[in-house]
Amino acid sequence: MNALEHIGARPILTRSSNMIRRAAKVIFPGVGAFGTGMKILRKKHLDTLIKQICLDGKPFLGICLGMQLLFESSEEAPHTRGLSIFKGVAKRFRVRKVPHMGWNKVEVMNKTPLFQGLNKNFFTYFVHSYYINAKDKTTLIGRTQYGGQFASVVATGNCYGVQFHPERSGENGLRILENFVKRC
Amino acid sequence: MLTKRIIPCLDVDDGYVVKGIRFQDIRKVGNAVKLGARYAQQGADELVFLDITATTERRQTLVSLVQKVAREIFIPFTVGGGIRKLKDMERLLKSGADKVAINTAAVKRPALIKEAAKSFGSQFVVLSIDAKKSGHQSWIVTTHGGRRKTNRDALDWALKAESLGAGEIMLNIIDADGTTQGYDLEATRQFSQRLKIPVIASGGAGNLNDIFQVLTKGKADAALAASIFHYGTYTVKQVKQYLKKRGVAIRI
Repeated sequence: MNALEHIGARPILTRSSNMIRRAAKVIFPGVGAFGTGMKILRKKHLDTLIKQICLDGKPFLGICLGMQLLFESSEEAPHTRGLSIFKGVAKRFRVRKVPHMGWNKVEVMNKTPLFQGLNKNFFTYFVHSYYINAKDKTTLIGRTQYGGQFASVVATGNCYGVQFHPERSGENGLRILENFVKRC
Repeated sequence: MLTKRIIPCLDVDDGYVVKGIRFQDIRKVGNAVKLGARYAQQGADELVFLDITATTERRQTLVSLVQKVAREIFIPFTVGGGIRKLKDMERLLKSGADKVAINTAAVKRPALIKEAAKSFGSQFVVLSIDAKKSGHQSWIVTTHGGRRKTNRDALDWALKAESLGAGEIMLNIIDADGTTQGYDLEATRQFSQRLKIPVIASGGAGNLNDIFQVLTKGKADAALAASIFHYGTYTVKQVKQYLKKRGVAIRI
């Protein structure tokens, strides 16, 4: 919220379907666990709403868990179905030190208004134990290396997902938020 | 690839950063939020704010500090200093802190780590350990700012904290006087090799090579430094450029 206000946006924090439906753009931050996250979305009927928003082309940005929930499922919650807006699953890192915590590079794979003004490789801040393996490579617009390569930025239409935390990624992060608010 | 983190540490007394050897020659350096913002702008990867306010108003001053920092600084920051209860941790996180560091309170009641990890998530919980050398390749846990010794082995304590859900360990090796002498490479290396969670080395870097050594030989994931920045000996940028030149994965 602070980051959005800092770049001049007027964000509203809400759980209300009505507010979300009326909003010009939607940001879906996520911290926590896949299973609990989906449970809450289903309970409040926000799952169908989010799918509709993305289908309608309203600008949507999922952050961290908010991005993972847009996929089909996660090793974190084996019997839970995600929103399946993107094809692919979330897997747990099989690297020595988990979570993936700190600054790492996003390698730009595809041009997008979200990356306006950023370099071909730019640093952002990550904190996560599960990563996305995007099945549909046309949706992969940014990737990062930790152990192997994983999807750090995905997009389909006006629906975006970023694995890192733009609100914690200094100037690069603020730029991405600004691009989402002003250019997407 | 994941880079090593350079983290300026700010001791804060009532909103102002203070510098000086513990309890001696304490001087105000500047406004904590402004200084933090400057370090962030210079390329600091994270910030740590340690509250050393001695008054009973501590809790509120720390919350206001966190709110101010969250409004102006957009890199991760950790707060610590006399945090004792789960409720206090919750309030600080809700006010905008990314991580909360606990020390003495956790030694007194280790279950606090588990409760915090369960309530907020491991990534929000940093266990800070003040350890003193106590024999060949072993260190003992101290509390109350290094003034009281326990009979706990520091490495065992760190491993226990990891199993309880701590997200990171901040390791501060102190000497006989309770002041920090510089990073302890052997300690850092041992802890980093045994733990699966990140280790932040703390301990008064004297020069650029100290930081280089603790991140390479010491295998630390991050280096905390205070005086070297507050005294203006080096800027964050200079430290990072030096490290990058010597082949350390650094965000520049």
